[in-house]
Amino acid sequence: MLRTIGRRLLLLIPTLFGLTVLLFFWVRALPGGPASALLGERATPEAVERINEAYGFNRPLPEQYITWLGRLLQGDFGNSIETRRPVLEEFVNRFPATFELAIVALILAVGIGVPLGYWAARHHGGLIDNLSVTGSLIGITIPVFFLAFMLKYVFAVQLGWLPSTGRQDREIDATHVTGFFVLDGLLTGELDASLNAIVHLLLPAIALATIPLAIIVRITRASVLEVVNADYVRTGRAKGVSTQVIRSRFVLRNAMLPVVTTIGLQAGLLISGAVLTETVFAFPGIGAFMKDAIFARDFAVLQGFVLFIAISYALINLIVDISYSFIDPRVRIQ
Amino acid sequence: MSAAEVLPTVPTPETGPAASGRRSGSFWGDVLRRVRRNPAAWIGAVVIAAFVLVAVLAPWIAPYPELATPGREHLRPTSLPGIGEIPEFPLGIDRFGGDVVSKLIWGAQASLIIGIASTFFGLVGGMVLGALAGAFGGWVDTVVMRVVDILLSVPHLLLAVSIAAILGRTPLAVMIAIGVAQVPIFARLLRSSMLGQRGSDYVLAARTLGLGTGRITMSHLLPNSVGPVIVQATLTLATAVIDAAALSFLGLGGGRPEAAEWGRMLTYAQAELAIAPSLAFLPGICIMITALGFTLLGEALREAMDPRTRKR
Repeated sequence: MLRTIGRRLLLLIPTLFGLTVLLFFWVRALPGGPASALLGERATPEAVERINEAYGFNRPLPEQYITWLGRLLQGDFGNSIETRRPVLEEFVNRFPATFELAIVALILAVGIGVPLGYWAARHHGGLIDNLSVTGSLIGITIPVFFLAFMLKYVFAVQLGWLPSTGRQDREIDATHVTGFFVLDGLLTGELDASLNAIVHLLLPAIALATIPLAIIVRITRASVLEVVNADYVRTGRAKGVSTQVIRSRFVLRNAMLPVVTTIGLQAGLLISGAVLTETVFAFPGIGAFMKDAIFARDFAVLQGFVLFIAISYALINLIVDISYSFIDPRVRIQ
Repeated sequence: MSAAEVLPTVPTPETGPAASGRRSGSFWGDVLRRVRRNPAAWIGAVVIAAFVLVAVLAPWIAPYPELATPGREHLRPTSLPGIGEIPEFPLGIDRFGGDVVSKLIWGAQASLIIGIASTFFGLVGGMVLGALAGAFGGWVDTVVMRVVDILLSVPHLLLAVSIAAILGRTPLAVMIAIGVAQVPIFARLLRSSMLGQRGSDYVLAARTLGLGTGRITMSHLLPNSVGPVIVQATLTLATAVIDAAALSFLGLGGGRPEAAEWGRMLTYAQAELAIAPSLAFLPGICIMITALGFTLLGEALREAMDPRTRKR
């Protein structure tokens, strides 16, 4: 097991290495080069010259790349031109917000998606099935930020049930130990602070969860439908295996493989999806930070963000692959 | 390699040379027949037809030119005339004084152009890469697929954002960015589909007859492997419309602020959500319905090509 994980981690290296090459040339491909990325589009030629000299942008490209990569490996992603602080520091500060949001969205998507997909398949052709098929179609075709607008308009503006922006009300003067606001409240015993943070998470999490939810419902439904008609299920029934065992051990377990893959892929996409959702709800995570970076053409931040997403995406896929061998022992043999 | 490969992909047509495509009872004839029997495909086709019609006829059916602001004198700092408030502007006016009906119609045209152009870019790029990998195999395959893997390690919206960020804020940049972000998906699909065909008897027969790799690729492998790619292209048209709106929302749209484009209309509507929610609602619904049309048709095609359902 450990060897498999080790080998998979090693295989990650060439991909990430390739990505750093792409990201390096990406900034070099900018009109005006990396200096204009630092100075903005209206930089004077003299200023560009000065920056090129100071940062070594006039050196040969391979040399520049090695220097840049060396810094990356030491955790130096450069400084944000907007906030003038190290990119990594900015990320670490904002990550808990996005992580909390993604976790709540994932809980919603999996917690509702899998049972709903299973139920729809069990009552194939029934009302719930048709509703879930139609609903999930709408879920995959609705633009996330449009859904976010609508949720905000209905539940925050019109009904006033839920807050429309931020992570926590300002009046709540909570102590933040970890940066995970929900967890902080639990740790310090300020339960009202935790509750307030959860209430703030609801609307963005629902918006973020919609697409994954729709996809998980569809995959679960399709996968269960495929398995319930399998020969071994019929054989099991003929042998007199109880319905309970058929459902849990024969159907659900075998149907879970594609579902787990999908959940993993969607979990990886949540962080990039957060760019749109966090922007609509002014939720101060890395997604909203990324959106500001796009506007400000803050390329050091964008570079770091892409790399960060790629790494987390790859790690989530790794976890998914490992989980296969627990769900399906046949995978372990190979 | 990645988990994407474990996902149920679009199955390949498992029939012989494309030349037989003209006979009834052939693969494509069968697919067409099955699609026609699927009500979802009909709904999709009708939606797409309506969308294309509106987009193409925009210059004739839109009450006002694309960038016109005929309702400027009705603009008030605290309110915008909504649906049905002014007879000349049945769906109200936007913050620039533009007629919402006209803008939605012109927006259909913008979406159609973005959808077709970006799908075209993605399709061409992906097919060239996929065909190279699938036809030559060996080290060409390894190199191409490594690059594809690297691109796939970044979620496609983020990839599109990154590409658009360097290309600058122009409508063409958006189309290229969305298209290029789809290249890895098309490349991978075509390659796996072609690899499946490479070992088949008719390819062996062609090789025995002395046909070169180029000829076999162009006239045998490609035509028999494009099925899944066509399905994906239909679905990409849906994604492209949504992605274009997202890029617009992230400030990468380019063009003039008052340009009639659904994504941009939605973006501006955010500020006016409390006073004019219909400004957000209408373009959002348009994006959804269009994406729904392409998705329904694409999935009906996919289902019709699926050998597992075909046997039943």
